[in-house]
Amino acid sequence: MTLDASATRAELRAPRPSVPSIRSLNWSWLGVAPFFLFTLLFLIGPVLYLVTGAFQNAEGAFTFDNMIALGSPNIVASFSLSIRLSILSALMGAVAGLLLGHAVILGGLPSWVRNAFTTFSGVASNFAGVPLAFAFIATLGRLGLVTVLLRDLFGFNLYAAGFDLFSFVGLLLVYLYFQLPLMFLIIAPALDGLKSEWREAAEILGATRRQYWQMVGLPVLAPTILGCFLLLFANAFGTLATVYALMGSGFDVVPIVLFQQIRGNVLYNPNLGYALALGMVVIMGASNTLYLILRNRAERWQK
Amino acid sequence: MKKSFPFAAAITAFIAASYFLVPLIATFYFSLRMTRGELSFAAYRSVLNSPEFLATIGYSTVASLLAIVMGAVIIVPTAYWVRLKIPKLRPVVEFISLLPLIVPPVVLVFGYIRLFGSNSWLPLTGSTQGTDVLLVLGYVVMSMPYMFRAVDNGMAVIDIATLTEAAESLGASRFRTIIFVIFPNVRAAIISGAFLTFSISLGEFVLASLLNRPAFGPYLVQLGQDRAYEPAALAVMSFAFTWACMMLMQIFATKKPGQRWFPRLPFSSAQRTRA
Repeated sequence: MTLDASATRAELRAPRPSVPSIRSLNWSWLGVAPFFLFTLLFLIGPVLYLVTGAFQNAEGAFTFDNMIALGSPNIVASFSLSIRLSILSALMGAVAGLLLGHAVILGGLPSWVRNAFTTFSGVASNFAGVPLAFAFIATLGRLGLVTVLLRDLFGFNLYAAGFDLFSFVGLLLVYLYFQLPLMFLIIAPALDGLKSEWREAAEILGATRRQYWQMVGLPVLAPTILGCFLLLFANAFGTLATVYALMGSGFDVVPIVLFQQIRGNVLYNPNLGYALALGMVVIMGASNTLYLILRNRAERWQK
Repeated sequence: MKKSFPFAAAITAFIAASYFLVPLIATFYFSLRMTRGELSFAAYRSVLNSPEFLATIGYSTVASLLAIVMGAVIIVPTAYWVRLKIPKLRPVVEFISLLPLIVPPVVLVFGYIRLFGSNSWLPLTGSTQGTDVLLVLGYVVMSMPYMFRAVDNGMAVIDIATLTEAAESLGASRFRTIIFVIFPNVRAAIISGAFLTFSISLGEFVLASLLNRPAFGPYLVQLGQDRAYEPAALAVMSFAFTWACMMLMQIFATKKPGQRWFPRLPFSSAQRTRA
């Protein structure tokens, strides 16, 4: 009897505080529902669809065949081409951006030089795609202005000397146009963060410039530089429009192969296309995640 | 302390500047040479008079503007709500909004074509209007990282909790608060994100091409295959356009709520102090 009564009292008491909290929780969730619905439908859903499709055969049964098919020679070749291009392009961008940053920010040049480069970099890092390809064709194509000037004024034939804009090397040169400014923009705060006390301390202890960079400057910058490298890598890896406008559909980097696959099913197997897409997302995801981890580590010094 | 002229730095800066400027100058010069033997703006006239150019740029402008509006409508209330009510969810929302950076457009559109194909539960690609909608939604997704960052930064500098309390104590509904209090205060941030979105989606190629829409990006690629001088003219215009978008973005991103659009003239402020 008493036991019963206490139980009912507890039951009566319990819901009272929890009812309003449940209601407010529900309302809070409703506020972000449009965002989650939208991203679920038009971002996460489509990607998940491809990811599950990558592990299915044409009949919808689970299989690893598509993953195994990623190992076929032409697909390995296109991943290898993409990765080599992206690594070299990121390396060039990182080194050139670092040199430019060092010269402009720490090199003792007047501050308007830095401002001009910062403004220009903001624009150039966003000037990618088809128009960028056009600009380089007008400059260094077979009839490009620089090619013609070199030939007519200096008697130097670029193309006879082995240069070709429509090649791996040419593509690297074009990519540099958006990679270098991007590197410059993200390395600039890190270069600003190199405290002058560290340099002074090193100088007082008798360190040369070289020793300062080797033992203080570069180790402090290392996570930032590595992070930027990964960001540039992903940036190059995902580039499609620039390559397409410059080379047409014949240059088999991964995005182009996928593009062709969607257009005309060149792989004769849509599920292999899913596997290709999954491969791209994994590579882009890994390099971006590592970038974020390294950025957090780099921020240690800026506190 | 020696204070000699920094030769090494100057040479590096000079090389970088030439790398940046030579293609622009060359492209501009190239674009002027359409008429044999003289420099003229013939290539620009040819582009601007082409009905195809006007049609595709019109289409892409409308699609981009719609994407900007939709993006703002989705992002602003979400960013507001997450900051105000569910800060625990902020990392999740931020992570999702950054996801488009690791999903290349070609993968995104592949998913769209498969998920919203004509035999699917939501056959958006089955009709022209449906495909247009999908293109706009794709642009919203692609611009989400930038839009979210811009709006979130904009909200960080205003005290949304106090603003909301003030609006509520004056009897405003939640909806009214968002429309008449929050939106105007992050307007500059939205516009700053909008210019970046605009510069990304106006010449976008992959989505438009694979969804088979008559947008500006595919037209550009086609023109590049057919003509010699017009592409150079378009590259110059496109660089100028990107420049304008970035400048405007910068101006709006650094503008504080309530700040005037143009700095007060020093002349008038001097007068004021004297008075």
